[in-house]
Amino acid sequence: MSVLFEKTPYLTEKPFHYCPGCNHGIIHRLVAECLEESGMGEKIAGVAPVGCSVFAYDYFNCDMLEAAHGRAPAVATGVKRAKPDTLVFTYQGDGDLASIGTAEIVHAAHRGEKIVTIFVNNAIYGMTGGQMAPTTLVGQRTTTSPYGRDEAWCGAPIKMSEMLAQVPGAYYIERCAVDTNANIIKTKKAIKKAFEYEKAGHGFCMIEVLSTCPTNWGLSPVEAMKWLEENMIPYYPLGVYKDKGAEGK
Amino acid sequence: MFYGAAATGERVITSSSSPGVSLKQEGISYMAGARLPAVILNVMRGGPGLGSIQASQGDYFQATKGGGNGDYHLLTYAPASIQEAIDIMMFAYDKAEKYRVPCLILADGIMCQMMEPVEMPEMRDFKVDPEAKPWAVTGWKPGDAPEKRAVINSLFITTEELSEHNNVLQNTYREMEKNEKMWECYKTEDAEFIITAFGTVARIAKSAADQLRAEGIKVGVFRPITVWPFPYEALKEVAENCKAILDVEANEGQMKEDVLLAVAGTRQVEYFGHCGSQMPTTDEISKKIHEMKEGR
Repeated sequence: MSVLFEKTPYLTEKPFHYCPGCNHGIIHRLVAECLEESGMGEKIAGVAPVGCSVFAYDYFNCDMLEAAHGRAPAVATGVKRAKPDTLVFTYQGDGDLASIGTAEIVHAAHRGEKIVTIFVNNAIYGMTGGQMAPTTLVGQRTTTSPYGRDEAWCGAPIKMSEMLAQVPGAYYIERCAVDTNANIIKTKKAIKKAFEYEKAGHGFCMIEVLSTCPTNWGLSPVEAMKWLEENMIPYYPLGVYKDKGAEGK
Repeated sequence: MFYGAAATGERVITSSSSPGVSLKQEGISYMAGARLPAVILNVMRGGPGLGSIQASQGDYFQATKGGGNGDYHLLTYAPASIQEAIDIMMFAYDKAEKYRVPCLILADGIMCQMMEPVEMPEMRDFKVDPEAKPWAVTGWKPGDAPEKRAVINSLFITTEELSEHNNVLQNTYREMEKNEKMWECYKTEDAEFIITAFGTVARIAKSAADQLRAEGIKVGVFRPITVWPFPYEALKEVAENCKAILDVEANEGQMKEDVLLAVAGTRQVEYFGHCGSQMPTTDEISKKIHEMKEGR
């Protein structure tokens, strides 16, 4: 009997703790499949963030490190520089990467660090109870913006992909989503390309993936996908923001 | 970066001066929690905040009583000469790796800018042996022995797991207390007064002791080389025959708390020092001992 589909061995057997409808499950699987397809075997190390995916070290079946909040790109830098032949990636949410960890991510990009960052943006702090994040949309209600985010008071949401694409050291930056089958396939292609670039000695690469938080958005999983399409994608347009490889650099 | 590089099992070092080391405390706590061996250098300057850029010993509490969050200690050496700093460095990594703790070298601005002749020990080739460090990030793929997968982590989400983890850490600290205390006694055998001091200040204290002995007052110096673990028992024993203790520091007397713990109320303990980045002088120390002798 031929095998049509099986779970990648780069995910452990541990069941995910994520809420029903959360996109972390899909994104974890895409990353793990790309790790397997990279052919790097044992030469892989991942860095988990603080936030909903803090237990990513229990799910990705490779050497893993748990970083302090926001510091994953710095930790990944230490691993990569000590072991340059290892494929090193960070997996971070927006509360981690776009808030407390902005210095680390900007300077990892600035140094052209040869790492891949998977940035999962759901426009809210999920784990801590749905507080407003730097990425929260204007007007979006959260536990700390109960009347909706007020731009005059809290600023407009930060666009990390656009921002990092301006940093000379960044090599490849793309924003994706996993709301449709077509977008899931595109996201996997992007992650795979980022790992290929890292293998070829290029960096820095970041794939931003827009994601839902049905629990803290107060929506059903299906409604949350719709909300993402109608609200997040218009503000955070999908696409390639920088690809030095495609420019032949 | 330091955390990530230490996780690979390589020998890594970071150095800074007080405010920079304050900034590193988050990472140091995580490294203590994740049991990552490494060597950290703090060349102390005046504080708090930006303080001054002159030498100080104001980070004693930070180094020995905490620093970052949680129940942890660093194996902390306070060398008093360049030679001693070099000698300590030769075994600091071995100790850090033996106990899987970050090791701190606590120096001050004077030591950092001082020049003195040293004898360099024979250089050794330090090679990382992944097999000797099964915890390190050295490469693992699905299908390899599960226990060899590295998970460098300080998060233990259940109270039971955290308790078990902290017990392992505490047992390590008890072992270090048993095995790693280092100190120096200078002319303490017949001393009427003992000066307690660490690092550069201990050298000044030795000169003061010699000056006072020339004047006929028997003074000795007790210098902890490890400030954590602090050599309480050794100081208690040395202090048994003395009349009183003078604690001299380039801070507001932070180590005096440990001196008081060591003698547990059995001896008079006075303090002399400055906390504006001025070093105590031999004349000042001498004057203070004279005052103590005269019962003032």
